[in-house]
Amino acid sequence: MLALLAVMALAYHGGRKRAITSAGGAGRISTLHSLPGYYGFYAALWAGIPALLLLGLWLGIQDHVVTGLVKSALPAQTLAGLSDSELGLLLNDVKNLASGSIVGGTVTPAIQAAADHFAHLQRLANWAMWLLVLAAAVSGMALAWGRTTPTMRARNRVESIVMGAMFLCSSIAILTTLGIILSVVFESLQFFEKIAPGEFFLGTLWSPQTAMRADQVAAAGAFGAVPLFTGTLLISFIAMAVAVPIGLMAAIYLSEYAPRHVRSVAKPLLEVLAGIPTVVYGFFAALTLAPVIRAIGESLGLQVASESALAAGLVMGIMIIPFVSSLSDDVINAVPQAMRDGSYALGATQSETIRRVVIPAALPGIVGGVLLAVSRAIGETMIVVMAAGLSANLTANPLASVTTVTVQIVTLLTGDQEFDSAKTLAAFALGLTLFLVTLVLNVIALHIVRKYREQYE
Amino acid sequence: MRTATQPPAPRRTIDIVNASLKRRYARERRFRFMGAAAVALGLLFVAILFADITLKGYTAFQQTYIEVPVYFDPATIDPAGSRDPQALAAADYLAVVKASMRRLFPDVTERSQLRELYALVSAGAPQQLQSMALRHPGVIGTTRDVWLIAAGDVDMLVKGHLDRALPEADRRIKDSSILLLDRLAADGRIEKRFNTGFFTNGTSREPELAGIAGALAGTFYTLVLTLLFSFPLGVGAALYLQEFAPKNRWTDLIEVNINNLAAVPSIVFGLLGLAVFINFFGVPRSTPLVGALVLGLMTLPVIIIASRAALQSVPPSIREAALGVGASPLQTQFHHVLPLAMPGIMTGAIIGMARALGESAPLLMIGMIAFIVDVPQGFTDSATVLPVQIYLWADSPERGFVERTSAAILVLLGFLVLMNLAAVLLRRRFERRW
Repeated sequence: MLALLAVMALAYHGGRKRAITSAGGAGRISTLHSLPGYYGFYAALWAGIPALLLLGLWLGIQDHVVTGLVKSALPAQTLAGLSDSELGLLLNDVKNLASGSIVGGTVTPAIQAAADHFAHLQRLANWAMWLLVLAAAVSGMALAWGRTTPTMRARNRVESIVMGAMFLCSSIAILTTLGIILSVVFESLQFFEKIAPGEFFLGTLWSPQTAMRADQVAAAGAFGAVPLFTGTLLISFIAMAVAVPIGLMAAIYLSEYAPRHVRSVAKPLLEVLAGIPTVVYGFFAALTLAPVIRAIGESLGLQVASESALAAGLVMGIMIIPFVSSLSDDVINAVPQAMRDGSYALGATQSETIRRVVIPAALPGIVGGVLLAVSRAIGETMIVVMAAGLSANLTANPLASVTTVTVQIVTLLTGDQEFDSAKTLAAFALGLTLFLVTLVLNVIALHIVRKYREQYE
Repeated sequence: MRTATQPPAPRRTIDIVNASLKRRYARERRFRFMGAAAVALGLLFVAILFADITLKGYTAFQQTYIEVPVYFDPATIDPAGSRDPQALAAADYLAVVKASMRRLFPDVTERSQLRELYALVSAGAPQQLQSMALRHPGVIGTTRDVWLIAAGDVDMLVKGHLDRALPEADRRIKDSSILLLDRLAADGRIEKRFNTGFFTNGTSREPELAGIAGALAGTFYTLVLTLLFSFPLGVGAALYLQEFAPKNRWTDLIEVNINNLAAVPSIVFGLLGLAVFINFFGVPRSTPLVGALVLGLMTLPVIIIASRAALQSVPPSIREAALGVGASPLQTQFHHVLPLAMPGIMTGAIIGMARALGESAPLLMIGMIAFIVDVPQGFTDSATVLPVQIYLWADSPERGFVERTSAAILVLLGFLVLMNLAAVLLRRRFERRW
């Protein structure tokens, strides 16, 4: 890598020098089309880009090729009677052995030989790769140098490359979305091949265990996601019941009533709540609030689960307060002063103005903000992972323990996993659902908010 | 108008208004009070949260030590007398600790009592002695007063987190152990000191030995890579979208995408990292590299949005002047507009980094929850980050981990405050009104 950078630096210097000499010395650089530095950049880019592309390509296929070679070199009797997954395990052993880490199975001489072979091939491939890459870099540099003449439009060429790079940067957003969709959709399709979508979306029993043996009782597990959806909704509902009134009233007070110095202190302090990592909220919910709620509930003679939906929902609501309040604050401030003045002129008090004029005018924006907050609540993970339970109960009782979509994704995907069991695939199906729901909410909310802003601009 | 209860005599509008004024003003006051109460409630939550974490956590910055006269018995540590570091490292220091504890309390002889006696000091005590013997082989054969780390439960008792008044069966520490401790305390052999181990150790199963050094190193590597990924990409994308992009369907699509990505649940990015980076591209699991790829993608929209706002605030006259003296559009941007927008962009980047620093959900998906004792040394070592460490500790049942977790949270919040302060200062210092 450093060598590549060195070649690029060399190319820059060489390119610059050549440009100056081709113009006939430092005094005559005005005869060049571009500044000498651009010729240098041109050469450096020619040295770097093809070499990097080659490097990426090579790294992408090296593992495949080397593994294939090792596999074909394995003695036939070791391979005989192995299924695909066993073969995969064997090759994994070989690789682990070659890299010197601990191996699960027993090491037979054949595997040891294969591992040595593997290590040897890999060393060879690495050497070849670096040689080729450097060769590509040097030849790119030579090519660029050869092209350096006073009339070459070096600046334009460099600039078009930079423009292309910037365009690629901006396309990353689309690639990311595409990546999310593809990764989630493919795994979900596999999942829905095993479990019917109807069962997943309408089933009311969730117990995703995979069997150790195929003939085990309840081997398939149950993948009815309805309890997860209701659990998510319950916790989100509690959160919104906390966040919307407090957030909205706080926004109204801060934008309409509070003196300037109160506002300048209280608003940033409230926004501190948005900056606190969710894992901290989770800790607070699980270790401080949940025992308090339990104690209060028991003193009232209520049955409270130690991982109640209420604790998670309340804390999530606290987290969302600044989200609601700052979005509402924005839209309330965007309501033109003339509307308030008109209301005052008719003799309305300030609160009447706010309730009858400002809020109705700001309502679309507020609704958009609340929708964004709902999407936040649905997708929130750490609080519920730490404070809500794992048992999938179909209940609307806030004192019971419920589980959510995000909790299940985390539990299904942490720990040991094999990548084609229904258990791990179910996590992707849940992820797909989550992504789609939040996407729809976000699109609607962003649309409403934007439309609203345009209305008063 | 609700005038039914009014005396029927004069029915001018002003009377109707006057009659309802009291009620309306009361309502006004109520409404106003509700608003103030909402703000106060929000601030109260902030206060409670910080107070709770601080009260739970500040004790973790101290650690209980027990002073024990340790006889570094050459017969156990170095029977051959060679002072060979390898032999010294492999010696049975647990036996040394046990012998020293027995000498401290010669009256304790019963087996179960002895076990309690040994349990007063941490499982890390032998290691303490080992490193002493390795560093100064001269101590072997002598008796030194050594401050040994106390066991987690002892630590909790000394700090008052365990209630002595509870019946013995409900307590994690026995009456007889407390008796021993009280004797030690009477001799001045128990002391609380600043807990350096918390900042220099990796994690551990024993709360008194657990530290955040590993998580801090992992966080550092991850954030450095995150910044390296997301900053150039974000600034490039912002420059293109704000200054060059033609207004067409493709750029509209990009804009919608960026706004959406900013609101996609973080856990979905974890799924992306698992499916694309780990399973498709074969990036090693649990490493800062894959963590940074995921966090970089998450931070990207934040940086893009902030950078675009910063670019937008640079007045057009700057661009026109540069173009007017013959700079190319790209030269205009890179030589003039970008430097002027840099403070705003940096502010956005710092805020994005602060968000990435607190993020943990997607990292759970890509395996950064491994129990890793060693401090990671590079971008491709298995590592964990501070928020994930907090999550893992919060799950541990030992009482000692509660204060460790809170202390780790305090450290995390400290970093966040620093970063946000830096962002605010940067904005104050360089903000220009045109």
